[in-house]
Amino acid sequence: MKINSPLQAYKYLPQTNCGECGEPTCMAFASKLIDRSFKTADCPPLVKEKKFAKKLAELEGLLAPEIREVIIGVGEKAAKIGGDDVLYRHKLTFFNKTKMFFDVADNMDEAAIVERVKQIADFRKFYVGNYLLLDGIAVRAASGDPAKFAAAVKKVGETTDLPLILCSFDPAVLKAGLEAAKDKNPLLYAANKDNWKEVGELALEYKVPVVVSAINDLDTLKTLAKTFADAGIQDIVLDPGTVPVGKGLKNTFTNFLKIRRAGIDGDVEIAYPILALPFTAWMAGIEDPVNASYWETVMASMFTIRYGDIMILHSMEPYAVLPEMHLVDTIYTDPRTPVAVDGAMYKVGSPTADSPVFFTTNFALTYYTVESDIASNGIDCWLLAVDTDGIGVEAAVAGGQLTADKVKDAFDKSDFDLKKDVNHNTVIIPGLSARLQGDLEDSLSASIKVGPMDSGRIPGWMEKNWPAK
Amino acid sequence: MAKKMKLTDITNMFSGMDIEALEGVTIEGDIELDLGGLGGGSDPMLAAALGQESAVLAQHFARIAGMFGYPVGIGGPAAAAPAAALAAPKFKDLIPAKFDVANMADWATPIQEVRIGNTSADGGSRGKAVHVGGEKALPFYFDADMPNRNQVTIDVFDMRIGLAKAVKQNYDEVMDSPGEWAKKNVEQFNADMITIHLISTDPLIKDTPAKEAAKTVEEVLQAVDVPIAIGGSGNPQKDPEVLAKAAEVAEGERCLLASASLNLDYAAIAEAALKYDHDVLSWTQLDMNSQKELNRKLMKQCNVPRERIIMDPTTAALGYGLDYAYTNMERIRLAALMGDDELTFPMSSGTTNAWGARESWMVGSPLKEDSDWGPREYRGPIWEIVTGLSLALAGNDLFMMMHPTSVAFLKKATQTLFGSIDEEPVDISNWIAAEV
Ligand code: B12
Ligand code: SF4
Repeated sequence: MKINSPLQAYKYLPQTNCGECGEPTCMAFASKLIDRSFKTADCPPLVKEKKFAKKLAELEGLLAPEIREVIIGVGEKAAKIGGDDVLYRHKLTFFNKTKMFFDVADNMDEAAIVERVKQIADFRKFYVGNYLLLDGIAVRAASGDPAKFAAAVKKVGETTDLPLILCSFDPAVLKAGLEAAKDKNPLLYAANKDNWKEVGELALEYKVPVVVSAINDLDTLKTLAKTFADAGIQDIVLDPGTVPVGKGLKNTFTNFLKIRRAGIDGDVEIAYPILALPFTAWMAGIEDPVNASYWETVMASMFTIRYGDIMILHSMEPYAVLPEMHLVDTIYTDPRTPVAVDGAMYKVGSPTADSPVFFTTNFALTYYTVESDIASNGIDCWLLAVDTDGIGVEAAVAGGQLTADKVKDAFDKSDFDLKKDVNHNTVIIPGLSARLQGDLEDSLSASIKVGPMDSGRIPGWMEKNWPAK
Repeated sequence: MAKKMKLTDITNMFSGMDIEALEGVTIEGDIELDLGGLGGGSDPMLAAALGQESAVLAQHFARIAGMFGYPVGIGGPAAAAPAAALAAPKFKDLIPAKFDVANMADWATPIQEVRIGNTSADGGSRGKAVHVGGEKALPFYFDADMPNRNQVTIDVFDMRIGLAKAVKQNYDEVMDSPGEWAKKNVEQFNADMITIHLISTDPLIKDTPAKEAAKTVEEVLQAVDVPIAIGGSGNPQKDPEVLAKAAEVAEGERCLLASASLNLDYAAIAEAALKYDHDVLSWTQLDMNSQKELNRKLMKQCNVPRERIIMDPTTAALGYGLDYAYTNMERIRLAALMGDDELTFPMSSGTTNAWGARESWMVGSPLKEDSDWGPREYRGPIWEIVTGLSLALAGNDLFMMMHPTSVAFLKKATQTLFGSIDEEPVDISNWIAAEV
């Protein structure tokens, strides 16, 4: 972004305070543009009225993120990468999570390809109200044979609608792949100093995003990017090479830092998303597959934190994938938004007067963890989210946002009457709030049972302790 | 197949191709041009396919038009541009570019270097000392070399405690002897330091008297010659007394007393550190301002010299608040480098907290909808590795850890980025065809 104050953006707005955008004033809208929660398209007059066309174009130029945004694939599952404006997440937030693509080799047999693609496409992990998912498939032309590659690309495309990366340095092979993935907008990997002309032409011909690759050579990388940009290619991704171990890995890390710093500092010729290849961990001669997988996860972690926008990975072991997807989520969570649900009484399943009553806090991580632990195990219940200003159980007990009075308040506000709405007058409380038990018995005049410390253990606990004796 | 055509035809042909760059070129007149040898010049697709030749051709048109005084107004090189837009191949030569980026000018304040452990040269009995801090940039950045590598201290407890299965199987036979436990950590698991946690002193656990707990500290100091950190039970009433007694029996060894915090008598801990020659761990909970406040109090109110302070801004596990812990550390380190001298201290992480995340210890997901989580014995260590490595990148120096595999990987990862691990170079140029 070339501007950083609402006042600067305000100059380009209609300044009528018409309110169509849902904000009371154009100035308020301008500040939403600056924090990137709104887009210019959210101001109808600016977009519709011809007289603003010039201002709109100028404003969009000023608001464009420092790092170019590139879209891979089509439709709902398209992967958007890049688009960042800052070097540290607390300065704003990072946009567009690092995308995790997993490899498929074209020399695998068809059944194996289908099985692996399904495994990648189906992998999911519930977290804070959503599923963490994997993002795409990188098809490697290991065979070097255009026909084989095209067949593999076709098979992958028939099996999933996840976006694709087509990997080969041979333009003929890439072309065969592009033909097999028509209209899928795959990412082309890669143009290097030897094949750049042919690959660049393919990118133009098929209108697809393309990776420029130069191993540990930032001058060449920038040269390639500049040449492509000059030829009218906008969707460029940078591959500075990812060396898996030793000094080579340190150099790779340094390259990622340098490229991103230069891009954010305004060097537009290198301000593109970066591709990391933790995959190369498998080329480092690490014999034990668990160790190789761990090392791949280590590399993925380094480049999730330091500026990898898209990664090609290999290990689909849950012990590799789970921490990788959680770290991406960690680094890309918007630090500006309080992660809370509304304080209210929620029904999980179809509770009746016999069903148990639980409470938890309205911190999203806490609430969704508890809710999904209960729902997934088919327990029908009443679940009260006490408004603790979005703080988890343990911290809220320590910080005073979770007290017996607060809990009573929450019951009252949600119009839930323990004496009428259920027939047992019992509340099950989080194990980590055990110290509130006495106070709660007084304030709710109900029977209070202390549940387990971790809500994952509620099902087991229920077997022993419910219905309440 | 020679064919005659007029320049107007050619203009029309180009304009039909929706080529912006040619718009300025309006050539009129009835000059006849022989396109012989170029194939069917009237077919736009073919013209496009002719590529470079078309560019040359267009240049010719321009020159011819110029000769005849037609309003083209473009010289040779400029004419090439419209022509280049014509055909698919838009590339001629690489456009050379040099990459350059500046170092950070505002990272002007170095982090304090702190020594843990006294060797005989300093009047102690440690075989070596450990140094943390001294950075002038974010960790592993090219702006300035990192003077000291990351260090790992492995936990020892003064009693048998409940541990995740994957952790426990490494320590089961030494868990009743803190000395043996410490030895195993150093000899087999490559610990740079040992942390002895005196948790049995908690009134709600065994209420071991401070004096007796101090004997465990002596036992550990005799069993190993690496520097040690001494932790209490976390009970704010009892910890000051326990740590003071431990500090006394460890006099002159320059241990790290863990921890001074705002909710206990930090002054008593600071006093013990100064009297018996130790360092202080300044622990706050995920709040940069509290961290500043406690550091300020330790320095101004308790007169702890800067070279004896390490901070623990709290570690939350991956998926359990690491976003807070990571950013808290990164902000602290950036503020320090930019001159906030209440924060210019090395940092320590209770990385072991990673074992609190359910993903690291639960047999499987409690949710039926989740994909299979796979064997937990492999999940736990990597959870600890990723939690620690993330914080290493945020600026953490010292890691309190538990699982030997996690220790090994964290060390390898951080020392690789530090630059001290040299391995056979790996040729990655053909990764696409790699056998995996
Ligand atoms: C992240 C964190 C914070 C974040 C909180 C972010 C947030 N929105 O909640 C911030 C930075 C704000 C914070 C601040 C503080 N924190 Co804090 N924080 C943590 C940390 C690292 C993780 C907590 C967490 O999110 N856990 C994950 C959630 C999902 O857990 P949960 O809410 O408890 O839910 C689980 C269980 O309770 C149970 N459960 C939940 N609901 C229910 C319901 C039923 C019926 C059942 C059966 C079970 C159940 O299952 C859930 C899943 O496992 C912990 C340390 C740790 N444990 O690693 C310290 C910790 C909780 N914090 C602590 C403290 C002291 C504080 C502060 C008071 C520090 C200070 N001096 O400023 C402040 C208080 C702030 C406030 N309350 O206003 C202490 C609490 C000590 C204690 N037990 O008394 C801890 C344990 C750290 C420590 N070891 O000292 N903290
Ligand atoms: S819609 Fe546009 S013109 Fe109307 S108030 Fe919002 S920003 Fe101003």
